[in-house]
Formats: sequence, C-alpha cells, structure tokens
Amino acid sequence: MLTRLLRTYLRPYSRQIVILVVLLVAQTVGNLYLPNLNADIINNGVVEGHLHYILSTGEVMLVLTLLVGVCAVIAVYWASRVAMGAGADIREAVFTRVQSFSARDMNHFGTASLITRNTNDIQQIQLFLQMALTMMVIAPIMCVGGIILAIHEGAQLSTLLLVAVPVMGAFIGLVMVRVIPQFRSMQIKIDRINQVLREQITGVRVIRAFLRNRSEADRFATANAELTDTALRVNRIFALALPVMMVILNLSSVAVVWFGGRLVSEGSMPIGNLTAFLTYILQILLSVMMAVMVAILLPRAAASAERVKQVLDTVPEVSDPPIPISPTAMTGLVKFEQVTFAYPGSERPVLDDLSFTLEPGKTSAIIGGTGSGKTTLLNLIPRFFDATTGHVMVNNVDVRSQEQEVLWSSIGFVPQAAYLFSGTVESNIRFARPDATDAQLWRALEIAQARDFVAAMPGGLDAPIDQGGTNVSGGQRQRLAIARALVKEPRVYLFDDCFSALDAATDARLRAALKAGTQDASVVIVAQRVSTIMHADRIIVLDDGRVVGMGTHAELLTSCDPYREIVVSQLGEGVAT
Amino acid sequence: MTMGPMSVLRGGAQPAQKSKDLRGTVRRLLARLGPERFKFVLALFLGATSVGFVVSGPEILGRATNVLFNGIVGRALKPGTTKAQAIQLLRDHGHGQIASMIAGMNITPGVGVDINELGRVLALGALVYLLGAAFSYFQGFTMAGLTQRVMSGMRRDVEAKLSRLPLRYFDSHPHGDVLSRVTNDIDNLTTTIQQGLSQLITSVLTIVGVMGMMFWISPLLAAVAAVTIPLALVVTLLIAKRSQVQFTAQWKQTGALNGLVEETHTGHELVQVFGQSGATIDEFGRQNKLLYRASFRAQFLSGIIQPSMQFIANINYVVIAVLGGYRVASGLLSLGAVTAFIQYSRQFTMPITQIASQMNMLQSGIASAERVFEFLDADEEDPDVARAPDASPPVRGAASVKLEKVCFRYEPDKPLIEDFTLDVAPGQTVAIVGPTGAGKTTIVNLLVRFYEIDSGHILLNGVDYRDLTRDEVRSAFGMVLQDAWMFAGSIHDNIGYGKPGATDEEIVAAAKAAHVDSFVRTLPDGYATVLDEDASNLSSGQKQLLTIARAFLADQSILILDEATSNVDTRTEVLIQEAMARLREGRTSFVIAHRLSTIRNADTIIVMDQGRIVEQGDHGELMGQQGLYYSLYNSQFSGVAT
Repeated sequence: MLTRLLRTYLRPYSRQIVILVVLLVAQTVGNLYLPNLNADIINNGVVEGHLHYILSTGEVMLVLTLLVGVCAVIAVYWASRVAMGAGADIREAVFTRVQSFSARDMNHFGTASLITRNTNDIQQIQLFLQMALTMMVIAPIMCVGGIILAIHEGAQLSTLLLVAVPVMGAFIGLVMVRVIPQFRSMQIKIDRINQVLREQITGVRVIRAFLRNRSEADRFATANAELTDTALRVNRIFALALPVMMVILNLSSVAVVWFGGRLVSEGSMPIGNLTAFLTYILQILLSVMMAVMVAILLPRAAASAERVKQVLDTVPEVSDPPIPISPTAMTGLVKFEQVTFAYPGSERPVLDDLSFTLEPGKTSAIIGGTGSGKTTLLNLIPRFFDATTGHVMVNNVDVRSQEQEVLWSSIGFVPQAAYLFSGTVESNIRFARPDATDAQLWRALEIAQARDFVAAMPGGLDAPIDQGGTNVSGGQRQRLAIARALVKEPRVYLFDDCFSALDAATDARLRAALKAGTQDASVVIVAQRVSTIMHADRIIVLDDGRVVGMGTHAELLTSCDPYREIVVSQLGEGVAT
Repeated sequence: MTMGPMSVLRGGAQPAQKSKDLRGTVRRLLARLGPERFKFVLALFLGATSVGFVVSGPEILGRATNVLFNGIVGRALKPGTTKAQAIQLLRDHGHGQIASMIAGMNITPGVGVDINELGRVLALGALVYLLGAAFSYFQGFTMAGLTQRVMSGMRRDVEAKLSRLPLRYFDSHPHGDVLSRVTNDIDNLTTTIQQGLSQLITSVLTIVGVMGMMFWISPLLAAVAAVTIPLALVVTLLIAKRSQVQFTAQWKQTGALNGLVEETHTGHELVQVFGQSGATIDEFGRQNKLLYRASFRAQFLSGIIQPSMQFIANINYVVIAVLGGYRVASGLLSLGAVTAFIQYSRQFTMPITQIASQMNMLQSGIASAERVFEFLDADEEDPDVARAPDASPPVRGAASVKLEKVCFRYEPDKPLIEDFTLDVAPGQTVAIVGPTGAGKTTIVNLLVRFYEIDSGHILLNGVDYRDLTRDEVRSAFGMVLQDAWMFAGSIHDNIGYGKPGATDEEIVAAAKAAHVDSFVRTLPDGYATVLDEDASNLSSGQKQLLTIARAFLADQSILILDEATSNVDTRTEVLIQEAMARLREGRTSFVIAHRLSTIRNADTIIVMDQGRIVEQGDHGELMGQQGLYYSLYNSQFSGVAT
C-alpha cells in the first residue's frame, strides 16, 4: 500500500529525488573516504614521520568535510521539500476526493475517521518519508561502500564481515519479528484505554446515576494492567536489543584487531589500514542499525498509508453520468416513480414502491414514525442516495441523468441537525449566493423569523458564529439554516424536521411567512409534529417505508388510521373527532 | 542509541508547547518517582557502571594498537641493540623525527608483535564490552519496570480523578479537551519518560565518561575536543530556536486545517447542495499551502542539526587526526592513544546530538505533564458525609421527594432557581415543561445530585440529601436521559448496565417491556451484537429504546424520563406509554416532554423558561393562570380548534 501510494505521489518529484540521491551519495562517499585519508596519515605520515604529509592530508580532509557538510544541508533541504510537498499533495487529494463522496460514503468512514486520515495518518507518512528519503539512501550506500572500502583496506579481513554483518542482521530480524506484533498489540491497548476513558467522560451522567463508578474503575484497571504488561514487554526487549547490538559491534572491533593484528605482525597489512578497517566495520554495522530505525517506523506508516489509500480508492457511490441530460425548464416538479430503496445487504427495503408527485407552488408534508423512512425519502431528491429501483425525477429529468451541480442548483436543503459554519451570520446565510444583496438577506431572515434576534445580536449580520453554530440557541440555529436556504431562492425546498426546536408559536408564524415567501417553488416538509404539517396542501403518511395515506389533514383524519393514531397521540382524542 | 532519530522525529511531531511553570512541573514529575527512588538510584548506578565499562573499551583497543605498532617498529630496528642505541642510530642517520617518536614507545628492537600480549589485551577488551553490555541490559530492564509503574500509576490517578470530579467540571470543559488531557497528553508523557529519561541518563553519563577518558589519554587533544561541546550546543540552540518558531506555526496551521476539514466534513451535504465544493477545495488548498510552507521550514531547520553536528564531528575528527598524528610523530603520544581518541570523539558527538534532538521532545512532554497535573489539581466534589453505613435503609418502593426553598445557580451572578418549593408524594407524577433550552435538565441535575444546591433542602423520604451519600441518593433514581449513552459492548451488556449480574431472562424481559426485543432479534447476532463506540450502527430511536430497557431492568423507586419518548415513533410510543404507566405504578416519577397531551394527567406541572421555574401547578390551575403554560398549550392547538 505504502509503496503504491508513494509511487504515485513521489512521481512529480522525481527530478528533486534524483538531485537528492546524488547529494546523498556524494555525502556518504565523502564520509567513507575520510577514514581512508586518516589511514594515509597514519601509514605515510605518522609511521614515516612526515609531518608535512600529515598537514597537507589534513587540509584535504578539512575541505572534504566542508563539502560533505554542504551536501548534507542541501540534501536535507530537498528531502524536506519532497516529503512535505508529497504530504501536502496527498492531503489535497484526500480532501478533494472526500468532497465528491456521497452521504453513504461519508457514513461508511465517519467524519472523525476521515479527519484522522487526512491529518494524523498523512503526518505519519510524511515523517516516514522524511526519514526514508535520507536514511534509506544513505544506509545502503554506506553499507555497500563500507564493505568495498573495508575489503580494499584489508581483503584478508573480509571474512570477518561475512560473519559480523549476517549475525547483526539475523539478530535485528529476530528482534523485529518479536517486537512488531507487540507494538501492534500495544497500540490496540492504548486505543482500548482511551476508549474506556472517553466513555467515562461522555457517559458520566449514566455511570453516576447507575452507581457504576466502581465497575468502571475495574474496567479501567484491567485495561491499564494489560497496557502496562505489554509496554513492559516491549521495553524489556529493547533493553536487551540495544546492548546486544552494541556487543556485536564491539566484539567485531575486537576481532578485527585480533585477526588484523596477526596480519600486521606478519607484515602483510599496514597498520593504518587496520585502523581504517576498524572504522569501516563500525560504519557498516551502524548503517544496518540505521536501516532498522527506518524499518521500525515502517509498520506504522504502512498502516496509515492503507487508511489513506482506502479513502483515495473509494469511488464515490454517486457520480455524474457520462452524458448528462439538462432539464429543459427548472419547474421545481419532483416525481417519485415506483421508488424502492434498500441498504445493501438488508432484506427489507427502507422505502417500498413509492409513487407520487410534488408540485410547484404546493406545500407537501411527509409524516411518519421513527424508522418509517422520511429522511431517506428526502435524501433521494438531492441524490445523497440513489434509489435501488424506480426513478426520482426533478425538473422532469431522472436525478441520475443530471449533472449533480445542476441538480443541486435547484434545491434548497435544511437538514435535521441545523449546522452553521464558523464565520458570521452573514457569511452563513450568504453561503449559497455570494452576490445576494443585504435586502435579500434581511427578507430571508424575516421569513425565517430570525430578523428580530439577528438585529438584536451585537454586530447584527456581522455577529460571529462559532463552528456548528454552538453560540446560538437550537431554535435560532434552525431559523438561520432556513434563512440560508431561502436566500438561495431554489425551485425545491427540502425541510427535514427542522422546526422541532421552535416553540409552537414561532413555528406557526414561520409556516405562515414561508407560504408567502416560497411562492411557486415546491416545498417538502418532513416533521414529527402534526401541528407543523397539518396545513400542508398534501400530507404523505409513511409507515414502514410505504405510503399509507395521502391527502389533506381533513381527508386523512377520516381515511387514514395511522394518521389518526398520530394525531390522537399528539393532540388528544378531541381533535380527531 | 537506536532511538536517536526516532526521537528527533517524535520531537518534530509534537506541538511545540511552552510550559508555564517548568521547574514546578519537573519537581512534581520527580516526586512521582519517589516510591521508586531506590530502583532509580540503582538504575543510575547500573548505567554509570555500564558506561564506565563501555567507555574504557576504546582505550583498551588503543593499547592493542600500541602493542601492534611497537611490534612493527621494534622489528624494523636492528636486533640485539638496546632501545637507546637504536634511537641514537636513527638520529645519526638523520631520522631525528622517527627517533623522537620511538623514544616515547615501549619497544624492544628486533622483537616483533607480542601476540600473547595482544591476546591478553583483546581478551580484556572483549570482557569489558561484555560487562558493559550486561550492565546496560540490567539498567534498561530496571528503567523499563520503573517507568511503566510510574506511568501506570499516573494513568490510574487520572482515572480516579475522573470519578471524583463534579459534573460541573464536565459541563464547563469541552469534552475534547478533557479527553485530550487524559489520553493524548498521558500518551505523550509516557513516551517522553519511556524513551527520554533513560536516554538522557545514558547520554549524560556517556559524555562525562568519554570526556574523562579523553582527558586521561591526552589533555591537549581532549581540550581541543572539548571545544566541540559548547560549539555543538550553540549551533543546536541557534537552529532549535528558529525551528521551534516554525514548529509552532506548523501546529497552529495543522489546527486550522483540522478545523476546516472537520467543519466541511460535518456540513458535507450542505456544502454539496449549496454548490460550495469548489470554494472549499480552494480554501483547503490555500491553508494546505501555508501548512506545507511551515512544515517544510520546520523540517529543514531541524534537519540541519544532524548534518551540522556531523560537520562539527568531522572537523573534530580531522583536527584530532592531524594533531594526533603530529604528536605521535613527535613521540609525545602513542598511536594507540590516537586511534582510541578518534573512536572517543565519534562516541562523543552522538550523545550530544541525541540530547539536542530530545530537547523538543522533553519540552513537549513537560507541557503535557503540566496539562495532566492541571487536570489532577481540579476541584473535586465535596466528600460524602461520614456516618454509620446502616443509618438509613435503602429506598424501596414509592418514595417522597420534597424540595424546600431550593436555590441554585450555575454562575454566582446569574440567578436561576430561587426559593423553589415542591412536595411530591409517593407515586405522584411531576411533569416538567417549557421551550427547548429552558433548563429542564437543571431539575434533573439537582434531583440526582449531579450538582449541589446552594441553599435550601431536598428531602428523600424525609431525609435531607446532605445526610445521605451521593450513591444513596442515586440508587433511588432510574433515568432515561436525553443523550442515549451506549458503551462499546454488546446489546446484552448495555441493557444489563442498569443491574450488575442480571440474568439473561431479566434482560430479555426488560427488552420486551421496552419493545426493543423484536428489533434486537432481527440483528444478525441478536443480543450479542456489539455496538461500536458511538453506537452509530443504531438509530437514535433504537438507542433510546435500549436505554428505556436499561431503566426497566434497573427498577428503581423514582423515575426520571428526560424527553425519553421524543425520538420514538408514534406507534411504539403508545405501547411504551402503557409500559411506562405500569412501571410508574406505585413509583414517583418526573417526566420531561414536549407533548402536552402526555403530561396533562400529571399531578404537578412545572413550567420552565430561560432556566427558571416560572409556573407550577396542575393543568387546571395553570390554564386558569393564563400564563406561559396557557399560551404554550394554545399555540400547540392553534388552528385545531375549528
């Protein structure tokens, strides 16, 4: 997953990566050459007693050091550019993809998860990239270069490498095999602890009301003990791994001096080469350890990449048709033709064979119990979902044959949970029509029964709104959301139970104003409260996904039993008779 | 050592937070080590021993080099002569330099490398390295246990604190922030202590040890190398100061981007229908570019530290090689000493780089510790009254509730409930009505004693709340709350939450009473169906039904129904009302609802508006008053009368 993701998103940076690799190669070669020069100083300078040679070689070493330093800094520059750039690109791709998601795609992932994927997960990938772009290039060059130079300095000693490097590799492999599953299990246990704590915070009232503090504490203690156990195990493995690696490294040095010493004493190897060999073997083994560090980060980055890839690979369930059909006239007519809707894998349809027409200039209401399919029905109109069978037509064209932008341009939608964006009152209600005049805004506020409280807010239209609209009351939030839809002046209004937080008096005033304000548009109201919809031109009664009644309040009272039941339960027996 | 670059990375990944009271926080953190101080001292001792062994390794290897070098030079000299003669001979032949070098060496002319001596020295070296590693393992082992116990204790304290905090704390602090303190901050602190503390100790010990060895071998070269420390520190600090600014910018920008993503995703459908997808993508691109710029700068600047250290280390290396070579050639130093020295100087820059890279991590860890301590310091609930446990029998059957001149305010300067008096006889039903946000939950908060009243009395069966423990009060109440809270677990366990140890039969019976049994049975796993964290696999109506089942099972004397029926479909509601009526029989109940028809039969109706109780009485009385209740009632029925 990670490689595929990176291959795609690193491609635009291939030029920079080439530069980066060249610089890193130069830097590593320079670093490798330094011990060689040091060997020369010892062999030709110290042993022969040439002070001048020592100084001149020293100069070369200094210049080399400087060059290596410059290369390293430029390499870090490009590594940061590429890693952060690719990260930013992936973020943008994820965000853009999510923007085209359907409602069900959103539900599938969940908002919180999508946020984590777009931030934390990509951050993990970015940091891995930053490390990998430097370490993963340096480590192999250093290892191979070190081996070549080591052999060059003392071919007779290279058998030692054949022992030391595999031993180190095998040990590290062993540790990784043991540690990685433990790491994974530790992450799960951290998640578990966080989950218990989150539940204690969000469920504090229930926990206290049911006197479950003690059992919650037990639940936590178990999770805590499990985490501590695993963390202890991981840390003890590390406590063992580090010294063992150091021992392998140091004993290799001792072996080098022992076997090299014999060669030196036989005169078949200059002593300077021995010290150089010593440095090289250190570097080879260090490069192996360096690769391990990156490898430790790998599982986490890979998991993150997989989560990001899932988002990027999701084909939005709802997409534009290849050849869209444009409606000839934006009449606002909405037609359901034998529409059935079922969630995938569920036996029972949520909506079962619905057929009706919602006419412009009329107010249609949909009522029914929880789970009767009201909101689902409404969501089919702006194509948040697609019908399983049958046709949903808006402006006389099937919604699936239209371009989504065109479809949406004729719809004004007020969701069940009124949601406002951070900004001001004005930025919220001007949302759909940036060119609306102030007069249009105030007119919409007036109809939505929001004029008075907006005028009373400090700053009026410029009054600040917090994210989600949490700084205004539920009723005010609903009215602003209604105003937002009104400013758009769409052909079809969809009100999804958005009068629930209004007191009955305001509800009544709003409905009266709405009737005048929406004129020849189609208005669809979903509601739980009978009083909200009883004056509608037509009421559609849903029960268990089926239409069980259609008509005016008066007609339904006599003809439709489920409707009568609702009315009686809400308004009392006296009303229905 | 393996952790080095990882901690650079972690350091980079943490918000660059500044702590307010650095010293105080560090002191408190150390205080938490208190019970472990012997282990801690032991770990320090083990670490010091290990470093001592490891640090003497290169010196021993250097001695081996000397043995070799002595052998080579010795063999080159004429056998049979004494050292002094050999030197004189060299001087005579114009090799003054070599002569003075040899003068400082321990050689016997004509004798080659002493392999036995070499073997002895190397065996010692191997032993020293092995011992060093062994002690290092013991130290790591001790530290691992120590840090895990300390952090486990800290987590336990945080959890215990949660149960002692008053509800007021949860209501006045954003859940996200509290959660972040007890999870993210604790996590961050754990990692800091786990990786940072152990490494810091080893790093400091290594610097001290290596420095000591260097001075022992050659004070002059050591002095040269010692210049590296302040140089390395200054460079690190200079860079870190600048990168810190960029890290702060990066985290601020990350927050801004997070906010934007959260907002657009939450309002996803609105953004689509109102045609704002393009505009939000543009805005995201703009914010994303700012984040890219800050994070690139932060990464680049902090990334310079490593090459800079490498550069300083290399210069150090060159200077030692040249100066060392010079001094060996002049006979003032042995070759082995120089090779040992070179190894030391390599060992020496590593811990400095590590400490530098850990500064970020430590800073952010301490900032987290501070937030955790702040949480632990929050005011707690007043302790329950201390009293003999059997002073009052548990409440059984119908109970009376009496409120006498109760005063309560959330904020001292905003009067809410003033001198409220209410007498509820056993078995009576009290209805609480009013527009949304009128403060109906305040009454619940006081009844269940989530909040303490400011003055007045609440009496349960004639006993003042103040003479009861909170658990005694709460054990009398059964609740169906507005937010249908479920925990991640099976449906069976969620219903069973109301009664620990409930049998399967009892749970099914409760589910049947709440009319949720048939729904549960349609699920593939029935009662064993596991709910995810937010129970997002259930509709709000279904969740509410489950909480009703939970209340049925708990079977307590007083019932609080907080808008419990508003999300249940109308036909089920009729059935629930019947079941509720049965449950209410012989029980005292408080009902909060929007629907006036359901509460018309209540014994007392409390009308609330803007957080206050404005009217109180039965339906007839309140209609007679022609106040808020009267107008609410009429607006609900407006147009119906005809």
